Amino acid sequence: MMPEFGKYTVTILGSWGATLALLAGLILVTLMRGAKVKRALKAQEERMKTDG
Amino acid sequence: MSIWEYANPVKFMQTSGWLLPWVVGATVLTLVPGLVWGFFFTPVAAEFGATVKVIYVHVPAATLAINIWVMMLVASLIWLIRRHHVSALAAKAAAPIGMVMTLIALITGAFWGQPMWGTWWEWDPRLTSFLILFLFYLGYMALWEAIENPDTAADLTGVLCLVGSVFAVLSRYAAIFWNQGLHQGSTLSLDKEQHIADVYWQPLVLSIGGFGMLFVTLLLLRTRTEIRSRRLKALEQRERMA
Amino acid sequence: MIALLARDLRLAIRAGGGFGLGLAFFLIVVTLVPFGVGPQGEILARIASGILWLGALLACLLSLDRIFALDFEDGSLDLLATAPIPLEAVVTIKALAHWITTGLPLVLAAPLFAVLLHLPGPAYLWLEVSLLLGTPALSVLGTFGAALTVGLKRGGLLLSLLVLPLYVPTLIFGAELVRRGAEGMAIEVPLTMLAGITAATVALVPFASAAAIRVNLR
Repeated sequence: MMPEFGKYTVTILGSWGATLALLAGLILVTLMRGAKVKRALKAQEERMKTDG
Repeated sequence: MSIWEYANPVKFMQTSGWLLPWVVGATVLTLVPGLVWGFFFTPVAAEFGATVKVIYVHVPAATLAINIWVMMLVASLIWLIRRHHVSALAAKAAAPIGMVMTLIALITGAFWGQPMWGTWWEWDPRLTSFLILFLFYLGYMALWEAIENPDTAADLTGVLCLVGSVFAVLSRYAAIFWNQGLHQGSTLSLDKEQHIADVYWQPLVLSIGGFGMLFVTLLLLRTRTEIRSRRLKALEQRERMA
Repeated sequence: MIALLARDLRLAIRAGGGFGLGLAFFLIVVTLVPFGVGPQGEILARIASGILWLGALLACLLSLDRIFALDFEDGSLDLLATAPIPLEAVVTIKALAHWITTGLPLVLAAPLFAVLLHLPGPAYLWLEVSLLLGTPALSVLGTFGAALTVGLKRGGLLLSLLVLPLYVPTLIFGAELVRRGAEGMAIEVPLTMLAGITAATVALVPFASAAAIRVNLR
């Protein structure tokens, strides 16, 4: 299944690996911050509703 | 509070919330096949060997790195002229994505340059310009972080984006003058005859589309987060005032 | 406007270091470089123009955060903003005062420091020309960075991050002009580009700086 890269294995796997890792990190950070802010906003809205 | 402050973000939240599943779907449908096609099912080029496979991540990232800055410039202009809050927040949300894209372009370029040019880094105009672009992204993001008042931050980063754009372009041409490069010309251009074969070109276009859709997805997500965070701050402030 | 210029110059001199500090910093950079790269004359001669330009850049950066900060704190910036002269003119005057206190001394002292770095003979003229043409742009761009960060408590490091990328074109053409001058090559292109960048910067960037100050005073 894995294609043969010969002497360029490091080049290709390295660049693809770095790309996918950076993109995954960016997506993860985006989702985590999104979830955190969403939760905090919900909590704040609830509290203000009960407070009056 | 004027109507822009509240009505438009609400409308944006509604529209983007409705749009989001579709955009995510489009991202998966373009990015995954594009990358899989590029990685597993493309032939090896005679000139570059197997390293040709790097272009399926390098070129889309580099294309986006520049276009995201242009998008930020347009969004900043809309903010400065129309005072449209979502626009300023979209520019803020786009900057980290652009920075990561620039970083990907630099890193994959280094991996590619190592066997091809025999060096990880060369002070070639294109590489240098990308490094400078990276610095501009860093400065822009740092200015957003540093300023407390969100409207002041939006205004100042907007002005910085305008001035930065001019100087980024200037630096690009100064760098060309400074050192003639090793880097080959554009891989894709519309005005010339196609100069790479279809077998490489088709998966590459699909990958660029995939990266582009990924950008749109992340941009929507991050802008939504920024809007929520702004609302959260406003609510907290109101609570403290009461 | 002349009164404002005189006032800024007086303040810079009285605060001490306006003239001296930048020059001393420039001298330190020039002294440290041979320790870093070794004392061989031919190596120093090759990198002299670059070192001198970098030194000028960094020395200019040192005093940037004071351009507006003091006036912002004691409220005189508010007065200047409502004064009958336009804020763009105020910014330009401030840049001029900054240039006279840091840029001009560097231009004058550069040949002395160039001797320390074994700069080749024909390059002296072009070193002077390039610094004279380039340093005003550094001061004006500096006011832009200072205007962006004027409201911030710890703006110094951020200021460098914002301003230094803007210095790239000036640095490239300035250093290139000296290098070509040293090797006796054609200098028209870097000379005209450097002058053009400075002219455009001096003409246009004060508007951006004034806009940033208005935002910060809001």
